[in-house]
Amino acid sequence: MAVTAENIVPLATVDKSQGYWRAVWSRFLRDKVAVCAGLVAAGLVLMAIFAPWIAPADPLQGTMLKRLSPIGTEGYPLGADELGRDMLSRLIYGARLSLFMGVVPVLIAFAIGSAIGIAAGYLGGWVNTITMRTLDVLYAFPSVLLAIAISGALGAGILNGLLSLTVVFIPPIARVAESVTTSVRKLEYIEAAQASGASSLRIVRDHVLGNVLGPIFVYATSLISVSMILAAGLSFLGLGVSPPNAEWGLMLNTLRNAIYVQPWLAALPGVMIFMTSISFNMLSDGLRSAMDVKQ
Amino acid sequence: MTPSATKSDHPLVSVRDLSVRFDGTPPVHAVNNVSFDLASGEVLGILGESGSGKSVTLKTLLRLLPERRTTITGAVEVDGEDVIALQGRALADHRGGVASMIFQDPSLALDPVYTIGQQIAETVIRHEGATSRVAMARALEMLELVRIPSAKRRLGNYPHEMSGGMRQRAMIALALACRPKLLLADEPTTALDATVQIQILLLLRELQQEMGMGVIFVTHDIGVAVEVSDRLAVMYAGSFVETGSVADIIRDARHPYSKGLLAANLVGAVPGTRLDAVPGAPPALNALPEGCAFAPRCAHAEDLCLTTPVPVWSGAAGRWARCVHATREGATAVNKVAP
Amino acid sequence: MNTPILSAHNLVKHFSAGGFGAKRKVVRAVDDVSFELARGETLGVVGESGCGKSTTARLLVQLLTPNSGSVRFDGKVVGPELPLKAFRRQVQMVFQDSFASLNPRMTMIDSIAFGPTVHGASAAEARRKAQDLLDRVGLDPARFGGRYAHELSGGQRQRVNIARALAFDPQVIVLDEAVSALDKSVEAQVLNLLMDLRRERGLTYVFISHDLNVVRHISDRVMVMYLGEVAEIGPASSLYTAPRHPYTKALLAAMPSLDPDRRTHEAPLAGDPPNPIDPPSGCRFHTRCAQAFGPCATQVPSQFAVAKGHLAACHLNRSEETVA
Repeated sequence: MAVTAENIVPLATVDKSQGYWRAVWSRFLRDKVAVCAGLVAAGLVLMAIFAPWIAPADPLQGTMLKRLSPIGTEGYPLGADELGRDMLSRLIYGARLSLFMGVVPVLIAFAIGSAIGIAAGYLGGWVNTITMRTLDVLYAFPSVLLAIAISGALGAGILNGLLSLTVVFIPPIARVAESVTTSVRKLEYIEAAQASGASSLRIVRDHVLGNVLGPIFVYATSLISVSMILAAGLSFLGLGVSPPNAEWGLMLNTLRNAIYVQPWLAALPGVMIFMTSISFNMLSDGLRSAMDVKQ
Repeated sequence: MTPSATKSDHPLVSVRDLSVRFDGTPPVHAVNNVSFDLASGEVLGILGESGSGKSVTLKTLLRLLPERRTTITGAVEVDGEDVIALQGRALADHRGGVASMIFQDPSLALDPVYTIGQQIAETVIRHEGATSRVAMARALEMLELVRIPSAKRRLGNYPHEMSGGMRQRAMIALALACRPKLLLADEPTTALDATVQIQILLLLRELQQEMGMGVIFVTHDIGVAVEVSDRLAVMYAGSFVETGSVADIIRDARHPYSKGLLAANLVGAVPGTRLDAVPGAPPALNALPEGCAFAPRCAHAEDLCLTTPVPVWSGAAGRWARCVHATREGATAVNKVAP
Repeated sequence: MNTPILSAHNLVKHFSAGGFGAKRKVVRAVDDVSFELARGETLGVVGESGCGKSTTARLLVQLLTPNSGSVRFDGKVVGPELPLKAFRRQVQMVFQDSFASLNPRMTMIDSIAFGPTVHGASAAEARRKAQDLLDRVGLDPARFGGRYAHELSGGQRQRVNIARALAFDPQVIVLDEAVSALDKSVEAQVLNLLMDLRRERGLTYVFISHDLNVVRHISDRVMVMYLGEVAEIGPASSLYTAPRHPYTKALLAAMPSLDPDRRTHEAPLAGDPPNPIDPPSGCRFHTRCAQAFGPCATQVPSQFAVAKGHLAACHLNRSEETVA
């Protein structure tokens, strides 16, 4: 069967069908709620990045005279905190650390947890049993307790907070990765790839990753809000970020004493945390349904 | 001695110009202008491939289709009752009382958290207002009727404790518990092993004769249809394309699609030879072609087939084919194809 | 006699079905199965669910490792004498579920080209081959090459799966219920394609199916399996016309007749096939066999030769063999 020049189809003319990700994207765009959540989340991220340009004042510079000014005070649109610092600027700057503490531990845990879970899921057998049972030990602790315990042992500070949150998120992500991989591994296209003689590493790279990373990532995005709230909790307990840095959880803690004097003011960091976690959660829900391919 | 005898002057089932459309963009025309009658005590086999509309036709008779996004036109009468107009209590009485259905997968049709006995008894209580003692007795009687060994013990079994064939028998017992006049069977033996399938087919045939029910049996398997049916209807792209007695269809199919199906079932094929396969695949039901829906796959299609409504050839009573070639005198000539 | 191209020698595969110690349950999926495949022939494998035909297929292509027994390709034991990777090129498999058989994130061209690249072909070479093969199985490469699995019909996907197997230029293809999920008219097209390819390329097939009609049509020889064992094996013509194992007879009698005047009146067997966990002693069929007698419950029947190349594992054939 000689291959002649005529029967080679130039690749350019091959009917490029709508790829998977494009189909996901168009389905996602049809989901109004998810798009709104995505816009809010993107806005928050932009706000964090461009904080120095947006914020009207220095978040660390306070005026004793303006302590606990209510919302709408001249020059302090969202009031001032217990040290007379501009609330709006602190909230804008606070997005930086809060988002950082929300996203980074999840990303690191996503990388490590996926690797562990995919390996356990693909290899199966004893490797799977040992890995997953070991992770189950960590999984057995409530995540808040675990984060507090690790942070407490390591001491306060951003890095230690980051580390403790990462450790908290590895087991759940690994577990999801393992179950997704196990279900994919049983499919016949993996058998077909095994029958081709490809090495396990190659099968994982070419056939498993593309089909499991999406669902794992979606699950991980749903953890961003949890991570933010946990980080806020750690800061609130004095374990994560320390003053005078602006971070929503920490702000909530320091303003707690003002709750009877300026309840609306004290609630502002909470509102931010709530808004951010809701928008990330709805974004992740939207992604999940958009990635649900029907035959 | 048929407990469910109907007034002999009108058929048990009468379907006229039934069309079923699922709304959407574009809408799916699942069933198109289907008309047929079924006498009580008769077995009609509806033969078709996946997406031919055979299951949808069956579900319409029980009104099992999702109401909100389905548009049903035409007339459907079962035992003199207008099925499409049924509402509330009357519809509930119709389902399981007058007509009942058995499915391909009994593990989905049976409730996993109740025993077989409880499920049958509950149906009897609901439809006949019987006491639970009477209903349980009926359940036992039904299990014996479908020849489940040690029926008394099986009454207390949950569906998962039974083998595939036993579950299928249990589902038949459940469907027949209220002595329906019409049994609708949707591929009930497709998931079964060959030696079990024949047992279920024979059982259905016996019970049908004993109880004098009308049965509509939907299947993709000609062999199965021949085993149970008196008459056959071949369905393609939502329409009946040919009907007749089983012998008519098997020995003297007039529609090219029916012939293609017979060839694909290796009727009379010499082992090892190429099969006379129908090329292509059925059309999408949301984009049906003009004229004859089979024309794009038909070896004998001509311009006429692509444009005009298809003429119907009629033979004896209940024997017809929707094909322009069948209407012509040389209907037999179509049997032999030029190489 | 020529060396068989592929042969199975006393293959055994047991699966654990839970439980520990004395209560440990074992599914005897395949028990002591041996057979040979001559170059260019098609062996049909029939049997009901739980008979071990799919497990046999996976053992044959080395997707499962047997508990004991071996597979030989061209006389060489796979593993010790023939490296697995070299064996993979020669023996390929097509699965029942055409959708699950294709990576949903890969285009058809990429799915077919994957195999050759594993065996050292360049990406361009592999793509060219994939395009040729798509064309050969009746799919226009320009239209279908860039598509994904969900954009094809079942019949088209199965053609792609056949093309993927062919991309290795294998000598043997194991088809595990490869046409069973297709509509009849499409099934006939794919059967034609398989028969054409067999002739063109001198392929050897192991054709596994529950459909006795189809198996008869495509096979030279047929193997009947029951609860993990070979009940009968022989030339298709003699096995269908003169079956020697009561189970084969029952299977054939259970086939719908396709003749309205000669409908089946009695089911050849009662009840369902037993569970392969704890199969019956002796001849595994004796619990359902109408002709069971003395030794059946206790002695495992050996494969008695009832005609040339025709073996039946049934005690009823014992006397005959001693005469022959």
